[in-house]
Amino acid sequence: MNSVFLISDNVITSLGFTTRENAAKMREKCSGVMLSEDSFISPIPFYASLVNTPLLEEAFGSLNAQAEYTRLEKMLITSISEALRSANVDPSSDTTLFIISTAKGNIDLLEERLKGRFPKERLKAAVMAKVVSSFFKNPNPPLVVSNACISGSVSLLLGKRLLEGGRYKNIVVAGGDVISEFTVSGFQSFKAIGSGPCRPYDEARDGISLGEGAATVILSVVPGPKGAIALKGGAVTNDANHISGPSRTGEGLFLAINGALNDASLAPEEIDYISGHGTATNYNDEMESKAIHSARLEQVPMNSLKGYIGHTLGAAGIAESVMATYSMKHDILFATAGFSKMGVTQPVNVLSDNLEKKVKKVLKTAAGFGGCNAALIFEKQ
Amino acid sequence: MTTGAFILQNKLEKYIVFKFFIMEELVNQLKVQIIKALKLEDVKPEDINPNAPLFGDGLGLDSIDALELIVLLEKEYGLRVENAASAKKIFSSVKSMADYIAEHKKA
Amino acid sequence: MSSKGYIQSYSIIKNNRVVLNGEEFFAGGAEDDFATFIRALYKKLEITHSSFYKMDDMCKLGLLATELVLKDAAIREKYSDTEIGVVLSNSSSSLETDTAYYETVKDRNNYFPSPAVFVYTLPNIVIGEICIRNKIKGENTFFIFEEYNPEFMTDYVNNLFVSGKLKSCVTGWVEYYEGHYEAFVYLAEATQGDNRCIHSAEQVRKIYSF
Repeated sequence: MNSVFLISDNVITSLGFTTRENAAKMREKCSGVMLSEDSFISPIPFYASLVNTPLLEEAFGSLNAQAEYTRLEKMLITSISEALRSANVDPSSDTTLFIISTAKGNIDLLEERLKGRFPKERLKAAVMAKVVSSFFKNPNPPLVVSNACISGSVSLLLGKRLLEGGRYKNIVVAGGDVISEFTVSGFQSFKAIGSGPCRPYDEARDGISLGEGAATVILSVVPGPKGAIALKGGAVTNDANHISGPSRTGEGLFLAINGALNDASLAPEEIDYISGHGTATNYNDEMESKAIHSARLEQVPMNSLKGYIGHTLGAAGIAESVMATYSMKHDILFATAGFSKMGVTQPVNVLSDNLEKKVKKVLKTAAGFGGCNAALIFEKQ
Repeated sequence: MTTGAFILQNKLEKYIVFKFFIMEELVNQLKVQIIKALKLEDVKPEDINPNAPLFGDGLGLDSIDALELIVLLEKEYGLRVENAASAKKIFSSVKSMADYIAEHKKA
Repeated sequence: MSSKGYIQSYSIIKNNRVVLNGEEFFAGGAEDDFATFIRALYKKLEITHSSFYKMDDMCKLGLLATELVLKDAAIREKYSDTEIGVVLSNSSSSLETDTAYYETVKDRNNYFPSPAVFVYTLPNIVIGEICIRNKIKGENTFFIFEEYNPEFMTDYVNNLFVSGKLKSCVTGWVEYYEGHYEAFVYLAEATQGDNRCIHSAEQVRKIYSF
């Protein structure tokens, strides 16, 4: 079976509009999680990682769009455009498929201040996805994955499987979500938002920082000129325990990690870096560390990037995978912003500082509402 | 007993009885509100023992229900619960909720 | 192994009628609202699911449609929990509940965000409820399409069978939005047994004509 390669990518977050810009900020340990006092979004100030609006308008503006697009669509289109710039891929070909990952789509269109700006059907994710893929004149109806916080990881795995099926030459996998009154209030009602920038795996962690953004990976069966990182395998499972709290034992995520290792034909001892989910809730981080222990990976250096870019929901699995592949290409693992003291009962090897290390076989974990878990394995060829 | 003391004792008894009925009314009102807020459609107010634990077995309430009860207190009684620790105590039973409300609710 | 699986059982819930494997299982009053109809179906199935009334309408619909196709299938006797999966789809995601949730926040003078409603503002929660009830731990994903896409869905599930990821899968379409609801949920399996038909888009289109 042919391998599937990541031939190009892009990340748009509070830290910047390219993968490189994001990496540069992470190298400097510069977090994009700030206190926002946008009263349209929340009656009380809240910490979040917000994409810079004037810069977004500028970046999107340079694409000479002929119609009106929502904030999410602008982020997705800008991200995909940027990724296409360094890939020899024709987005308008029928051998190219788009997969869009999103938890809430254009949910901000429910807000009063946006009422009437767009047709109601733009609330529907498949309509939104088609608007995005049509921008690039792609003739295939895009696939849309909406599976909470694992959407991005699932989309990458879906792309791999479809490429292996042989019907497409290239797959553009793009994910995104926006910060909105809807999402912020919801997580506040859960008392899930931290009192400051989030602190993954830390003793003092007290909740998430939400983030917005978009990220793109272009997948191909042809490696591309610059050396190749392959998506070797993955797995998706369910805890079958509770719809919003993860299983206390971490069993579901452990099964996903195991499933991914089997899918990639790798043994646990071959993994040299883990890009964790690390949302900084009490339960997620505790569960995740248990799963990592069960998989005998507790010595492997790991981090969570959510302290830099927040939890970007539908973009998370893709954005964080892209940053993991950056680490693989540039031999640097980023510190876990917000982490200083181990705060999970089964300690794991969380990086509190940048680490220069050559890593070749990387595990990416994710978990989400609905009890779902996903694990991906990337390998440098 | 002097007439004065008798009148005072009578008033005190009436006051205690009055307070008891207020509390009973509050407990019944709370039961109805809880059933509605937590969508306990197959449960009737008379099924709920006001002194029994709300969480654990019994009504099978979970962490989301606890959060929803926090909203109920704020919405119906204007009372804010700041953290999980105090929440646990307040929501241990319908009676403890009623006690909390009686103690803190502004007139 | 054949490249296509087999459809074991299927249910259709639409217009206050419930069809199981081609035969009418239950009919509610034509004028009943959804809440009345689904409660009646729940009672008819004679099951107890402690969080049933807490679920939003889409989850009630999906859970009961699944209950119908699983009730005689004994999947947990045939397969382990990771060999069974759930792959569902719809057009409106969780928009119905999203709108209901937004009602709890949109008026700042009456601002009481409801966690019990918010938890259902994701389309894959119905998968979570199905997995919890039936102790299913295998591959699970929620897709959004403008219209039900049997070609993609059957291909995708069949590939999960061929690659050995799953042996059994609850799959289909669960849609609920603005007064319109529709569930087509079926159980597909990798191996032929006492099965009804091949798991293909053509077969799905044949049986899903209601």
